[in-house]
Amino acid sequence: MSIEHFAAWVVMPLLATALLLAFARVFTGPGLPDRVVALDFVGSLLVAMIGAAGVMTGSAVLLDVALILALVSFLATVAFARYMESRRQS
Amino acid sequence: MNQSSIVLGTAVRLMLPVLLVYSLFLLQRGHHAPGGGFVGGLVAAAAFSLVALSDGPGRARRILRVQPLRLMGLGLLVAAGSGVVGLIWGDAFLQGIWPKWAYLPVIGKIGTPFTFDVGVFMVVLGFALEVFFTLLEDE
Repeated sequence: MSIEHFAAWVVMPLLATALLLAFARVFTGPGLPDRVVALDFVGSLLVAMIGAAGVMTGSAVLLDVALILALVSFLATVAFARYMESRRQS
Repeated sequence: MNQSSIVLGTAVRLMLPVLLVYSLFLLQRGHHAPGGGFVGGLVAAAAFSLVALSDGPGRARRILRVQPLRLMGLGLLVAAGSGVVGLIWGDAFLQGIWPKWAYLPVIGKIGTPFTFDVGVFMVVLGFALEVFFTLLEDE
């Protein structure tokens, strides 16, 4: 089994299952913190999926895309945390 | 309200130069690979937004040194100016022109497409930061 097939038939289905579970948590999560953590997890999963897609297609530029997404999804989580903090204090 | 967390402040201090260098890298390789002025501007705006989130928008404005609105205007001027260069020395507006003497060791040949991208970079950076700072100061 070549590494491209491994990425396509093992890594991707596992990541897709994790993505489904994370989305279930986003929809059913009892509170806002659960949803925010689940969304952060979705961001990390997307980074992994883009990396796996880069392995599948053999194009190294997708790794740059994953890098940008990793840096920017951090920003979204921080903004959510600030919003929750300001809402709790008011 | 505005007590900033030590973890966030330290992470931002480490990530700000990395993000800014990466945005310039994205701007530079624009034409032949994914990247360009728009994505580069967005990454640079994310860097300054992180500073604004951790230390407040006032400090981010001081680090930026230029008002975001002026950055937008200057960027539009640069982009339109690189179009006019094509109109004067070439055949049409926005035509790409690479002068023989315009060569930098790392960046390579500099033509009007690159200066147009620099303009887009400044417009996107200024726009995103103006919106973000205004929303943050409104709280």
